[in-house]
Amino acid sequence: MLNRNLVIIGGGPAGLAAAKAAYDAGEKDILILERENELGGILNQCIHNGFGLHTFKEELTGPEYAQRYIDEVQKRNIEYKLAATVVDVSKDKVVTYVSAHDGLTQIQAKAIVLACGCRERPRGAINIAGMRGAGVYSAGTAQKLVNIDGYMPGKEVVILGSGDIGLIMARRMTFEGAKVKAVVELMPYSSGLNRNIVQCLKDFDIPLMFSHTVVEIKGRERVTGVVIAEVDDKLVPKMETAQLIPCDTLLLSVGLLPENELSKNATVELSNVTGGAIVDDNMMTSVEGVFSCGNILHVHDLVDFVSAESEIAGKCAAEYIKEYHAAKEKVTIKTQNGVRYCVPHQLNKDTNYQPLNLKMRVSNVFKKVELTITADGVKVYGKKRPVVAPGEMENVALNSEQVKQLKNAKEVVISLCGGDKQ
Amino acid sequence: MIKEMICINCPIGCHLTVDCTDINNIKVTGNTCPRGVTYGINEVTAPKRMVTGSVKVKGGNIPMVSVKSKEAIPKELIFKSLELLKNVTLTAPVHIGDVVVKDICGCGIDFVATKEIKQQ
Repeated sequence: MLNRNLVIIGGGPAGLAAAKAAYDAGEKDILILERENELGGILNQCIHNGFGLHTFKEELTGPEYAQRYIDEVQKRNIEYKLAATVVDVSKDKVVTYVSAHDGLTQIQAKAIVLACGCRERPRGAINIAGMRGAGVYSAGTAQKLVNIDGYMPGKEVVILGSGDIGLIMARRMTFEGAKVKAVVELMPYSSGLNRNIVQCLKDFDIPLMFSHTVVEIKGRERVTGVVIAEVDDKLVPKMETAQLIPCDTLLLSVGLLPENELSKNATVELSNVTGGAIVDDNMMTSVEGVFSCGNILHVHDLVDFVSAESEIAGKCAAEYIKEYHAAKEKVTIKTQNGVRYCVPHQLNKDTNYQPLNLKMRVSNVFKKVELTITADGVKVYGKKRPVVAPGEMENVALNSEQVKQLKNAKEVVISLCGGDKQ
Repeated sequence: MIKEMICINCPIGCHLTVDCTDINNIKVTGNTCPRGVTYGINEVTAPKRMVTGSVKVKGGNIPMVSVKSKEAIPKELIFKSLELLKNVTLTAPVHIGDVVVKDICGCGIDFVATKEIKQQ
């Protein structure tokens, strides 16, 4: 068995940023394991622009953003292995991976950063009735086929789900000569960014149908059409509104799921709200020395936020390796009244009062609300928001005085006050 | 005339109100940064968009290389510019910033590569 100080699983934006930060915090014995043939993760297929406005103060495409971090990793001579798939992580921090070059290899790590990203929710998870003809793809699969492999999945397309990937693919398929007949959204609002609704749909007159869903897929060998119907306020399809849209392709953009199979093997405690690990303000999971960051932890809107979060994980992993003090008491952050979750989930009751960002999502669209954080009933933070939506992650920056107040409290609660649910 | 629109410069997506009653004195409100003003004015005079796509590459570690227009190009040139990309085949290696198509449809802006492609 090999011995390494820090093993980072995943060479996408989270893993690269964690590696850079760990190195800069003094840890030089780092190994990144990446299952694809190149570093960069999902950014490699996100060839559209819009990345990096926070991190680099300029607008980059996905591959350009990835290259910035790849350059940082290569400049530091941080070791990485490509086409190396991790198959197990034990709670004693033994990482097992396979690759054509190394065969089956085990590494005893002092610390591990889980940076494996997320997966798309597949057709099987949303129970659409109908045939199993060719032509049903997840939006991300179609994106990879078009942008990296150079194949077009179809000519007449319906997209289910108006998240950003669905919107981006509506434009991309249009650019490559396909006709996108409709984007169908179950909810009465889009979880995608407004800018993407404008520049991906409105620019090309692609209809966006809210409160509609696909109820049947037609076509035995190949998709020949989909039946869509309006849904009621309980999201149940009203079958009398059913209509057939002829098409040869259905793209699904129906949500992302953090990929935590390895975390489970390592006995990491998971949140049933985010699907990711429960972490403290050092991004450490319930297993000592195992850290989690990026989309494996919770699905982010912007890669810039993934990079920032992962740099904390990398830095704290390096500090953990250097000198670890046994876990002190923790205070769990409670979320209620419209706040669905907050990451980190817990705060260490230590004397590290560094400024801290809390990231959270709300459960519905609310107007004119105040987002408040209380420590033992005393308001520590309040921010009035004209509108909050589940599709937009709320980012709360706390200063060291506020962090101190929260860390010294017995109970920390985040909630929405006032306002109307839309 | 007053037009309502959403700024596409960044993920905030500000709701802009553009008063173009006087075309020589267009007023933009609702923006949070100066880029919103530029966007609002352009949108009613000469709308522009960034265009990204991919082109074939020979002898590389992957078969396609991603490209972008170096700046936003006139909106009406989007599909013409994409036609230009269909006829291009690059040869590896390709570097970020390499010019793929010069002077898209005479608008003075180039398509450049956005990915490093190694020679295989």
